[in-house]
Amino acid sequence: MSRSFFARNPSALIFIACLALFTLAVTVMSESIGSGAISTSFVKTLGKTLCLCLVAIAMDLIWGFAGILSLGHMAFFGLGGYMIGMWLMYARTEAIVTASMANAEIPPTDQEIIDAIGTQIFGVVGSSDFPTIWAFADSLTLQLLMVVLVPGLLALVFGWLAFRSRVTGVYLSILTQAMTLALALYLFQNDSGLRGNNGLSGLQNLPGADAIPQADISLWFFWASALALGLGYLLAAWVVSGKFGSVIRGIRDDEARVRFLGYSVEGYKLFVFTLTAVIAGIAGALYYPQAGIINPAEIAPIASIYLAVWVAIGGRGRLYGAVIGAAVVSLLSTWFTGGQAPSIPLGFYTIDWVDWWQVLLGISFVLVTLFAPKGIGGLFDYFTGRLPPNRHGADLGPDSGSLQEQEAEQ
Amino acid sequence: MTRTIFAALAAWMLCVCTAMAQDSPIQQLLQEHRTLIEKSSRKSIEPAIDALRDSGLPEAQAVLEQWQAKALWQRKADKLFFFGEKIDSKTYRLLDIATGEIEGEFPKKELKQLKPNSGIRSMIGAALVQFQLMADDPAKRVEALDAIQRDPAPEHLTALKGAIETEVDPEIRARKERLVRLLTITYGRDDAERISAIESFSGDLGVDARGALNPLVATTRTAAAAIPDDANVAKRLKPGSEDFSEAEAYALLVSSNLAPAHISASEKRMALQDNIEGGSVGGVPVAQLDTDEARERAYVALAEAGTVPATATEAEVAAALASHIFFDRYAEPSEAITDAAAKALGSINTQVGLNQTADLALDALSLASIYFLAAIGLAITFGVMGVINMAHGEFIMMGAYTGYVVQQVIPDYTVSILVALPLAFAVTFAAGVAMERLVIRWLYNRPLETLLATFGISIALQQLAKNIFGTQARPLTSPAWLDGALVLNDVVSISYIRIAIFVLALIFLGVFLFIMKRTRLGLEVRAVTQNPRMAASMGINPDRINMLTFGLGSGIAGIAGVAIGLYAKVTSELGSDYIVQSFMTVVVGGVGNIWGTLLGATMIGFLQKGIEWMNPSNTLAAQTYMIIFIIIFIQFRPRGIIALKGRAAGD
Repeated sequence: MSRSFFARNPSALIFIACLALFTLAVTVMSESIGSGAISTSFVKTLGKTLCLCLVAIAMDLIWGFAGILSLGHMAFFGLGGYMIGMWLMYARTEAIVTASMANAEIPPTDQEIIDAIGTQIFGVVGSSDFPTIWAFADSLTLQLLMVVLVPGLLALVFGWLAFRSRVTGVYLSILTQAMTLALALYLFQNDSGLRGNNGLSGLQNLPGADAIPQADISLWFFWASALALGLGYLLAAWVVSGKFGSVIRGIRDDEARVRFLGYSVEGYKLFVFTLTAVIAGIAGALYYPQAGIINPAEIAPIASIYLAVWVAIGGRGRLYGAVIGAAVVSLLSTWFTGGQAPSIPLGFYTIDWVDWWQVLLGISFVLVTLFAPKGIGGLFDYFTGRLPPNRHGADLGPDSGSLQEQEAEQ
Repeated sequence: MTRTIFAALAAWMLCVCTAMAQDSPIQQLLQEHRTLIEKSSRKSIEPAIDALRDSGLPEAQAVLEQWQAKALWQRKADKLFFFGEKIDSKTYRLLDIATGEIEGEFPKKELKQLKPNSGIRSMIGAALVQFQLMADDPAKRVEALDAIQRDPAPEHLTALKGAIETEVDPEIRARKERLVRLLTITYGRDDAERISAIESFSGDLGVDARGALNPLVATTRTAAAAIPDDANVAKRLKPGSEDFSEAEAYALLVSSNLAPAHISASEKRMALQDNIEGGSVGGVPVAQLDTDEARERAYVALAEAGTVPATATEAEVAAALASHIFFDRYAEPSEAITDAAAKALGSINTQVGLNQTADLALDALSLASIYFLAAIGLAITFGVMGVINMAHGEFIMMGAYTGYVVQQVIPDYTVSILVALPLAFAVTFAAGVAMERLVIRWLYNRPLETLLATFGISIALQQLAKNIFGTQARPLTSPAWLDGALVLNDVVSISYIRIAIFVLALIFLGVFLFIMKRTRLGLEVRAVTQNPRMAASMGINPDRINMLTFGLGSGIAGIAGVAIGLYAKVTSELGSDYIVQSFMTVVVGGVGNIWGTLLGATMIGFLQKGIEWMNPSNTLAAQTYMIIFIIIFIQFRPRGIIALKGRAAGD
């Protein structure tokens, strides 16, 4: 333990350096305080991408390191967004309502203000009363606490139930997917208290910051996202570097053996599951103010599966792989589906990428799974010269440990 | 000369006609009751109408109809009755009532129009109903019954009673008898007759019976100083109880003008706003008016000054509530009848409840068979081979689109369904085999990655379907003989399409069991499932078996797709709507066992319908609670309802 953390994890240092450089470059080119080479909307896109990278790190921790393919982390991400969105929406509506009522001849009572806010927010779902889950919406501190607590508690309860009954492998994946679907369906209801399928909107407007241009605000959020990503990366690297990291990798490779060695497998899994849910919640709380709107469709199971796709393409079992995957695939997605990619005329048919990007993504995902289980991150092994010995037969990927296909069959 | 002859001829004709008109029995009958008809009073006219109705003369109906339509005229000269047709404002053409022949044209002043008042017209109408009820054409009779049922009146009762004896059609006769009982409930002569009619409907499921009984037990909420003697009170209410709050009670008093209106907060606010004087209201500065107490203080001050009406104080409200009695009052005055009606409705509701349960069970069964159909293919690939196929939903979709394409080519729906079923199987079988060969067999040792790879295929297939067929829903029309529903009674019914799906599910269960237990392929599949290496050393080719098994599972998904497409719209998201439920079905039922899948589907189907029944407005909530239930269920039986034991369980 004589060597420092960074000496043992040179990749963390490199990553932080790259992130700092990137942040600096974007700042210098931003409209707000730089040259203006990067538009405000693109700064927002980059900020959102950093948040997606953060949740991808969480996914990599739980899947790449602990071997649990969770199809529910985007639900935690969305929950974090909902929690911060409640405060944003409440505080902003309160400011608007107070301003409009100040002109009345008789000053409004507190109850009248709250009723008016309720009518403003819940009018779209035909209600005007505040549901109990909005009890803390007027306090930023409490609502920020909820960003951490709500996803954390949900993950704790769900994880405890699932791990306790030794649900593993694909069963656990399906169970987490069911949880995500249940949550999304619940939020789709109008009487769920979170405005049904309208979701929460207008989140890009910070309360009390009307005078500040969006260019500044988006840059602030970009910095915050970069900071969160950096801290999240360091936390994840620290978690997986020590003895704890060895144990969770052990659980991934052979759960029964770790259990027989006397470790409380369920406890370790539960800790990782809850920790990653909290990270996902924080990422969501930073993402949705930049996106401006959140609705239950964001929580649908497909979103969590895309998260798995990013991590798989980027490369599981290495933190920078997850970041690269999330950044590359989500930016490519934006580029292709935004209609910016040039269409390819084939003479008899024109490939319009808005229609064909999903097909390409699906197919490339299959190809990556089949031929490059290490993903994009695996390319770095060629530079560092960390090539495994040729043991004949295909790599089984991180899930089956270090076994090669032909060894596994024996 | 000629003129004379014509005149003579005309005179002669007139004589003959007159004689004929006077001789016809219907004219004689009318003449018999002439004084009553001329008097045209509601009180005394009945014998005349009855006589016409019961005369049995063929013209009676026409006469009544014309009379009701104010088209019956009397010639002042000889008091005979004719049908009149207007030529111009002064002249009318008269027609003989018996023969319909033209009598001649007469100036209006020589004639008298019979103008029955509305009371008489409705009596005539009731008499006419009887003619319709006894019409020769059964369709006319049914039409008359429908009309009565739509708009019943007291006089229909007698008409109906008179029309039962002669009825020959047993079905219409039964309907008439039922309608008599229904009308007796409301218009019966005395309480005893009405009560026996009410009791005869005890436990009846018909909507019409409930429709006739419900008005009897309808109540109005009333407030009064004391209960009136003639009131039939359903229930006394106590203000402040759970279903009758004090605010409601006071509002009732206000609306019955028994108490002064309570002034609401917003009205007070308006009143205060109107009375701002020099920055204060009633001595309270405006700036302080941001609490309810301050506003109350200001309002009371204004009320004392007399500028605004005083609001009722708490004590006055309490006193008003205490000095009045609140009760629900039946519109029907007779207590015996309301009691009987309430009792009959109670037994009807029990019956309806039982039948609704049966209906719900049928619904649940059909939902279960849909889940079973969707899951059975998955049970094969996931349960038998241990391969997660996230693209299973897309195979279902592929089957449904195959059905749609076949319908575009073959316009006859029956034939096209018969072609579509095997074709869907063939298409998805081929797709499944291709997927197994190209992707899945490389990943047998990596279950999590199978999940992801098949998911990649799933999003690619979904987008492909969108590119080819567009995003709008495509119809898959069922043949005409599957339209409609099997109606057991007014409550229980099930559409034929759901029965067909249920039958299809049963057939699949049979086919699956037959293949697995009775064929060479099934034997080899089971062998490979249990121990691939041992099976291979016995001369079975595991690769080939895996391929065929996967193809079989996918093919069944295709057929399920056609079945599901028949009652749901075909979209590219069709499959993903079912995929999670299908996985749940397999996991809950227990992996690797078809009976488990059956049990799982049944459980999920019944559970979902059960939860929907508890909260019918919200199917989303039902799905949410169902998934939560399943997550908890997995806690207690992690390996499903039917868990494999021993070596077959693997790991």
